[in-house]
Amino acid sequence: MSQKRDAAIVGIHEYPSRDVEGEISPLQMKAESAARALEDAGLTWADVDGIYDAGDGGGAMNGLTIAEYFGLKPTVINTTGVGGSSYEFHAAQAKRDIAAGKCKVALLTYGSTAHSNARAIGVGGRGAGSMHPAENMDSFAGQTLIANYAMVAKRHMFEYGTTSRQLAEISTATRYHAMRNPEAVQAMEDLEFLDIRETTIDDVVNSRLIADPLHLLECCMISDGGGAVVIASPEVARNCKKPPVWILGSGEATKYPENGGDITTSAAAQSGPIAFAEAGVTAAEMDIAMIYDSFSITVLALLEDLGFCKKGEGGAWVEGGRLRFDQTGGPALNTDGGGLSSNHPGMRGIFLLIEAARQLRGESNSQVANAKLAVAHGNGGMLGSRHAAGTIILGAD
Amino acid sequence: MSEVKKVATRPLPKAEEFDTKAFWAGTKDKEFRYQQCTHCDKVIFYPRRHCTGCTNGSLEWKVASGNATVYSYSVVRQSYHPFFRNLVPYVVAWIDLDEGPRILSNVMNVAADDVQIGMKLKLEWEEHEELNIPLFSPL
Repeated sequence: MSQKRDAAIVGIHEYPSRDVEGEISPLQMKAESAARALEDAGLTWADVDGIYDAGDGGGAMNGLTIAEYFGLKPTVINTTGVGGSSYEFHAAQAKRDIAAGKCKVALLTYGSTAHSNARAIGVGGRGAGSMHPAENMDSFAGQTLIANYAMVAKRHMFEYGTTSRQLAEISTATRYHAMRNPEAVQAMEDLEFLDIRETTIDDVVNSRLIADPLHLLECCMISDGGGAVVIASPEVARNCKKPPVWILGSGEATKYPENGGDITTSAAAQSGPIAFAEAGVTAAEMDIAMIYDSFSITVLALLEDLGFCKKGEGGAWVEGGRLRFDQTGGPALNTDGGGLSSNHPGMRGIFLLIEAARQLRGESNSQVANAKLAVAHGNGGMLGSRHAAGTIILGAD
Repeated sequence: MSEVKKVATRPLPKAEEFDTKAFWAGTKDKEFRYQQCTHCDKVIFYPRRHCTGCTNGSLEWKVASGNATVYSYSVVRQSYHPFFRNLVPYVVAWIDLDEGPRILSNVMNVAADDVQIGMKLKLEWEEHEELNIPLFSPL
């Protein structure tokens, strides 16, 4: 196989708290996470020559301001900002920059106080008209974020007979994993979840409807949070403290409303095949699937688009608990507890890379024995309208 | 002076936004305007200055009949928006006009639980001072 190993994840850190009000700012969380991730790798600030930033906290010239804040003079500055999938885009672009010799150590950071700010990620409404034409057409209808995703679920049910009980499998699998992750359990306590325990299909479909057909337990939490990922060249990776987690393939794509378009298919249908082809592997070979779980339907549509099953067959495919780390017949899904039950401060993509790396190092709380391959797929923006998809295929050393 | 409580209103589009201002101007006459390229025939919506189908396009404004179909929908049961929170449960939908444009709007004048994908709709206008808002009701 002509699998290239041009760059590897060598350092990771997930900021432990999901409720930081008054204690730390998003910028401080980014710097703290960066320092811990560099320590995890056995590197220092001085080794970093590439900064990848989605603009969280940096302002209008965030590439410049974040370099100054960290005290770095990088030779690569990348400020791709496509919402929650920004970090999968950053990983893809870092790999290319490292392969091209433009940098050797790439630093990705994230910090958010969405929970403390009570920002409307999960259940809020949308604002008034805008000087962006698309927003200026959409804003009068009162579409909540959840309703945007709910319309994908509704159409999926209409076309393929998918049921709420099938969608609930996503929620129960991620909660199953969350209950094994002390930081996720603490997060649910800090965010005042009621009745924190493993959930059943009945629990999910009997929770209240927020936007039909999506129930409360199919919606992500709104947390504070942050993290960092360090990606390095093979030469650097060989001398790091932990085994490298290789970036084997990547794909990037966009999707937006089109007259007559199909909203049950996401941009993953474009980014996924590119990433798997580059890595020379298939979805069926994945031990781990870190799939952006803003809502239950997000995961179902993305699993189909990534090729775990055919379009429309996701409902039946996820039945029977096969996405749990201790079951066979499918990849382990979101073994940290996901955005549904562990951490969703608005742009969750960095945590997909972090938990995938934990699994391929053997460090997860819901560890899959001898995990070799993982896919991390971020969906930024909104599934039911405009979004950006980043697919990253990772391999153990 | 007694305190006047402000009543929240529907969030209205900006009539001066460059690409969509001709659409919103048309709503004053209760016209649902959309564009089609005279060169490649592509229907363009939301409105734009350029054709997304060809580089030498020339867009022509047309007026839709108002006949439409529900592509997908959701019943919103929770909103924190000062206007929409008082409307719950209400129906948000992607609606396909017969001529091709797909618009995000509300289905009105029907019980939320009676709305269905494929339901035939007709355009109705909610009147405001500077422009009108295109909403839909069952045919």
